[in-house]
Amino acid sequence: MLVSVYRYNPETDREPYMQDVEVSLPEGKDLMVLDVLNLIKEKDQSLSYRRSCREGVCGSDGVNMNGKNGLACITPVSEVVTGGKLVVRPLPGLPVIRDLVVDMGVFYKQYQRIKPYLQNSTPAGGRERLQSPEDRAKLDGLYECILCACCSTSCPSFWWNPEKFVGPSGLLQAYRFLADSRDEATEERLAELDDPFSVFRCRGIMNCVSVCPKGLNPTKAIGHIRDMLLSRAT
Amino acid sequence: MVTNVLNYGRSGVADWVVQRFSALILAAYTVVMVVWLAVNGGELTFAQWQGFMGQTWMRIFTLLTVLALAGHAWIGLWTVATDYMKKGAVRVAFLGSVAISLFVYVVWAISILWGF
Repeated sequence: MLVSVYRYNPETDREPYMQDVEVSLPEGKDLMVLDVLNLIKEKDQSLSYRRSCREGVCGSDGVNMNGKNGLACITPVSEVVTGGKLVVRPLPGLPVIRDLVVDMGVFYKQYQRIKPYLQNSTPAGGRERLQSPEDRAKLDGLYECILCACCSTSCPSFWWNPEKFVGPSGLLQAYRFLADSRDEATEERLAELDDPFSVFRCRGIMNCVSVCPKGLNPTKAIGHIRDMLLSRAT
Repeated sequence: MVTNVLNYGRSGVADWVVQRFSALILAAYTVVMVVWLAVNGGELTFAQWQGFMGQTWMRIFTLLTVLALAGHAWIGLWTVATDYMKKGAVRVAFLGSVAISLFVYVVWAISILWGF
């Protein structure tokens, strides 16, 4: 199979280029894209990419495969290849450090901005803060985010304003804490988001939903935040 | 919180609400216009047209629509400009010309509606 990989080494290359590599796949087996990258790296040690758990838990190997973001380790080659060719590029919209490795700084900065931790100044009643099963259920579909950045880097609003628009991933996490019955900082959190960029740059095109490797729905969470901002303002 | 001096309301919620309310007004005006033209269309005379537009409710409705259009266009174009125009000077020049155009349209509409 023909694999086209994005290559860029800032120390030696003047500009990025696509490198075509012929990879022979084992018969009767559907490899994951990460396996294909590993096969290439066996031949060419200079190819750089992030990976760790190789089972869709750590979120390290988010890449763009044939135009769609996803985790290379849990994306079968058969699912993305069209016309017998696999094209692998780094996640779009973030600065490339080398080959498929991107600088996630601005993505983490937005995550940090939404204060992704419980804020509660009331002393806990017992050893821990209890939550009813119903309140706990509100966090389902929110807490599972692994911060792979597949969603935010597929979002044009995030491409154009990564410093100002929180992005789908950060907003999913923002709602995870807004929805938490143990968190007391709802007002402060909403005040921090009530500007024309942080939340309202979302135009609801749902690229985030279509690429999320964990099957989460940031657009829905953003809708909930918008509803909270609206009822706070009326 | 992200701030921007050229944003009208300084609030995303306010912009969002204005955008939707103004859209409703624009839609209602479009329906009224299309229906009236469908009923009276064909051989439309100046007297008919002036008689329709000269009614007090139609003048008020038209002015409301022009104001809604100005607000709607400002928020929409401000959003487009802050997405795609990365150079501050270009963006300010563009938004400045948008603001002047919208202001002229509003004044012009008032003079048409109440100037005769």
